Amino acid sequence: MNPVQDLIKSLADKHGKNRENLLPILQGVVEQEKYLSEYSMIEIARELDLPAAEVFGTATFYSFLEHKKMGKYIIRVCKTITCSMKGKNQILHAIEDMLKVSIGETTPDGKFSLMQTNCLGWCHKAPAMLINNDIYTELTPEKVREILGEYMKRES
Amino acid sequence: MAFESYQLKRADFIFKNENDWEKILSRTLSRPPQEIINELMSSELKGRGGAGFPTGLKWKLTAEESASVKYVICNADEGEPGTFKDREILSLVPYKVLVAMAVCGYVIGAANGFIYLRGEYKYLVPELNKAIKEFEYYCKEINHNFNISIFLGSGAYICGEETALFDSMEGKRGEPRNKPPYPTSSGYMGKPTVINNVETLAHTFTIFKYGAKKFYDLGVQYSRGSKLFSVSGDTPKPGIYELELGMSLQDFVEEFGDGDTKAVQVGGASGFLVPRKKFAETAIGYKGKLTGISLPTGGSMMLFNSSRSMYNVLDNYLEFFKEESCGQCTPCRVGCQQLYSGIKAVKRGEKPAQYLDKLLKLTETMQLTAKCGLGQSVANSFSSIVENFREEMIY
Ligand SMILES: Cc1cc2nc3c(=O)[nH]c(=O)nc-3n(C[C@H](O)[C@H](O)[C@H](O)COP(=O)(O)O)c2cc1C
Ligand code: SF4
Ligand code: FES
Repeated sequence: MNPVQDLIKSLADKHGKNRENLLPILQGVVEQEKYLSEYSMIEIARELDLPAAEVFGTATFYSFLEHKKMGKYIIRVCKTITCSMKGKNQILHAIEDMLKVSIGETTPDGKFSLMQTNCLGWCHKAPAMLINNDIYTELTPEKVREILGEYMKRES
Repeated sequence: MAFESYQLKRADFIFKNENDWEKILSRTLSRPPQEIINELMSSELKGRGGAGFPTGLKWKLTAEESASVKYVICNADEGEPGTFKDREILSLVPYKVLVAMAVCGYVIGAANGFIYLRGEYKYLVPELNKAIKEFEYYCKEINHNFNISIFLGSGAYICGEETALFDSMEGKRGEPRNKPPYPTSSGYMGKPTVINNVETLAHTFTIFKYGAKKFYDLGVQYSRGSKLFSVSGDTPKPGIYELELGMSLQDFVEEFGDGDTKAVQVGGASGFLVPRKKFAETAIGYKGKLTGISLPTGGSMMLFNSSRSMYNVLDNYLEFFKEESCGQCTPCRVGCQQLYSGIKAVKRGEKPAQYLDKLLKLTETMQLTAKCGLGQSVANSFSSIVENFREEMIY
């Protein structure tokens, strides 16, 4: 078995092989692989004995289930109303400048992807962003550069 | 307009740290289910997730179902722009929610509960699982069988709609179902299900501990109790505040405004924008109050001062709806896109100002024909912004 098959098998063993276990399995694959390839989806369908079209249907519905290979660290900047009012664009520019990527892109070394997302539930401390599962709030361009600087020091 | 003004009154129940939850749990579990339902009904607690359905009645209807398998679900999908109170409850007083879920399970006859947590809040999982473990350990000690697990969402606002949430948990696309059947008879896996907002559950803890009267004595007729408000935007004190229901928006703005408040968005992007001239005649509570205009709200209060363009605000909301519409029904899928590009066309002068009236008509159609609350409520913010700030849409 290849690594993706191994991963899917172990996720299915952990969560179960029923339809209601599909979302946790998809999430587990994205967590590890940084996206859902067509191959992973077909393998998941096989493992759970579901039509591949059903797996595709579910997998394409959710904005956090990516379908192209993402960077190791996915940055999601909130673009909803309060963050927009409180300087979201300056935050984006600071990130774009520092990483030399635009929204939707991944750095050539595969370390960072830059995305926008909707309200993160931190409007009282806007602007806010997620890097993978970690939240950063009350951002300023300086603060963002500091945070990214720390991530850049981590191995890719 | 004659309008009785209610003063803004702070309350402090939700975040009050209660170190006797074990006692409250075992004491409540020793009461007959019917008595617990009666207590909730007499408190007049209504759902804090937005729709305002009476909580006691929801539990009663589900309890009356004869199915042998039922579920309790805590809706922690909190995705409405401007809302951040549920996250705070789950981080600071998770045990109140867990106690409420177990009591609900006891009342309706369910052995399993789920917390549907939005993927954006994944960082809450380790602490929450710790609290669940400790909680289940105590349940075992008192011989009460109830399991709680977390189900994570994956970045879809629509999954906060209760039937979309069930489908999401069942491994499907998060597309709202037709109602009826209602969750009380056919919810998760087709079984009778109580689904309540995080805050609603936390309030039931207050009621179990202090009794219905304590809760009922807060607020005003038809809008009893206190409620958490998520305050953000142009305010010197953004944050989460527990206030009694029924206050006038005027009082609210005096307390939270920056002295230059032009409008307040009540209830998030799917709620209403209230302009300054209507602050005094607007009360914050559920529908059905006799005086003034009453607005139901999940508790999102966004303040805008005079430096803000209401066009930009509406544009931002419409982009949100366009992205978050599940796309299942045409009025909403196509409607959101047309509204989004329509206001842009008017602003650029590609369409005449009267085109705004066509768009208003379109939102009326959406309100009548869209399948779920998302498509139905786009009209709220659209019409309240366009009607009150028409100039800003055009020039
Ligand atoms: C588009 C949409 C999104 C919703 N999102 C949420 C949510 O994030 N959290 C929530 O508790 N209720 C949400 N609701 C309301 C739920 O459908 C449901 O009414 C609520 O969870 C019931 O709990 P309550 O009676 O305690 O308020 C949403 C409704 C709609 C139409
Ligand atoms: S109204 Fe919108 S969100 Fe609701 S079911 Fe229709 S398309 Fe989906
Ligand atoms: S608008 Fe950005 S966190 Fe709510």
